[in-house]
Amino acid sequence: MDSAISDARTPLGASADNGLKIVVVGGFGVGKTTMVRSVSEIRPLNTEETMTQAGETVDDTSEVRGKTATTVAFDFGRISLDARNVLYLFGAPGQERFWFLWDRLFSGTLGAVVLVDTRRIDDSWYAIDRLEHHGTPFVVACNDFGGARHSPESVREALDLDPEVPLVFCDARSRESSKQVLIALVEHLRTRIAGHAAPPRQEFV
Amino acid sequence: MSRPGRDDSPDRLYTVTQGRSRSASDTPFDLVTLVVAECEPTRGMQSEHSAILRLTQAPTAVVEVAAELRLPVSITKILLSDLHAAGRVSARHPYTAAVPDPDILEQVLVGLRNL
Ligand SMILES: Nc1nc2c(ncn2[C@@H]2O[C@H](COP(=O)(O)OP(=O)(O)O)[C@@H](O)[C@H]2O)c(=O)[nH]1
Ligand SMILES: [Mg+2]
Repeated sequence: MDSAISDARTPLGASADNGLKIVVVGGFGVGKTTMVRSVSEIRPLNTEETMTQAGETVDDTSEVRGKTATTVAFDFGRISLDARNVLYLFGAPGQERFWFLWDRLFSGTLGAVVLVDTRRIDDSWYAIDRLEHHGTPFVVACNDFGGARHSPESVREALDLDPEVPLVFCDARSRESSKQVLIALVEHLRTRIAGHAAPPRQEFV
Repeated sequence: MSRPGRDDSPDRLYTVTQGRSRSASDTPFDLVTLVVAECEPTRGMQSEHSAILRLTQAPTAVVEVAAELRLPVSITKILLSDLHAAGRVSARHPYTAAVPDPDILEQVLVGLRNL
């Protein structure tokens, strides 16, 4: 068992008491793990959740024995924001079976980043559809793989994106660029709750 | 990086949880609940329990425990529930709300800008 524990762990401070979640979703090879690695203070780790074919997570191990279970793997990194808040960034596959686990794993998530490769834009449709269905706020980030640069308008149109959803361009290999994507998401969340909390303020000048 | 759990035969998973099952309501642990050991591992303790107590000397999220132990999240939660019920670990659950607290969002923004 001990050998399974990695030696290079970076422990959190003793006062850490609030874990927060942001999920990066997108198709295979779109740069999810790269983005997590760019901003994480730990080497990305991966783990998995097990569920039965009925979409239930397995905590009755007899289900595992019966081999009726399948697993969904995801990776994650960590950002200590301050003495108390710790942000966990998850890279999760957008494939169909993953969404069965969404409520179980990612309820309470602050929001999501949909990572898009503009050469394979239709890979993102399903993720956007599911996030809308779950009412999870998100931003769309187009990862730069070189080649022709698409205009924001054409990407919005191809994704049939709600005008209020932010669209940003990024390079997941860059820490600064990935950080700006997360900031765009949190600013979007702030705008949304400001809109929910109170009717638009009347400005007097 | 090797995928966790791939060498976990169903029998191993059955053994680590002693074949018990729990309903979701018994395991209020979130993926990012921070777990803190309240005691040292003792001789004769189940090896997964000792490993968790060593790992969680500093606050450690459920998902980190699962990754380090190479166990599925749901199995990890069962182990953590046992330790919690025995008072061997404490749990710092995330502040959750349907709409995130504006103060916390502000703290997140400050933290991200300082990266
Ligand atoms: N050119 C370029 N390559 C990238 C970028 N982000 C990721 N990659 C590369 O794309 C490949 C797949 O990235 P990965 O993060 O593993 O994708 P994942 O399957 O979504 O986790 C890797 O070889 C990365 O180095 C990017 O912004 N630009
Ligand atoms: Mg990946």
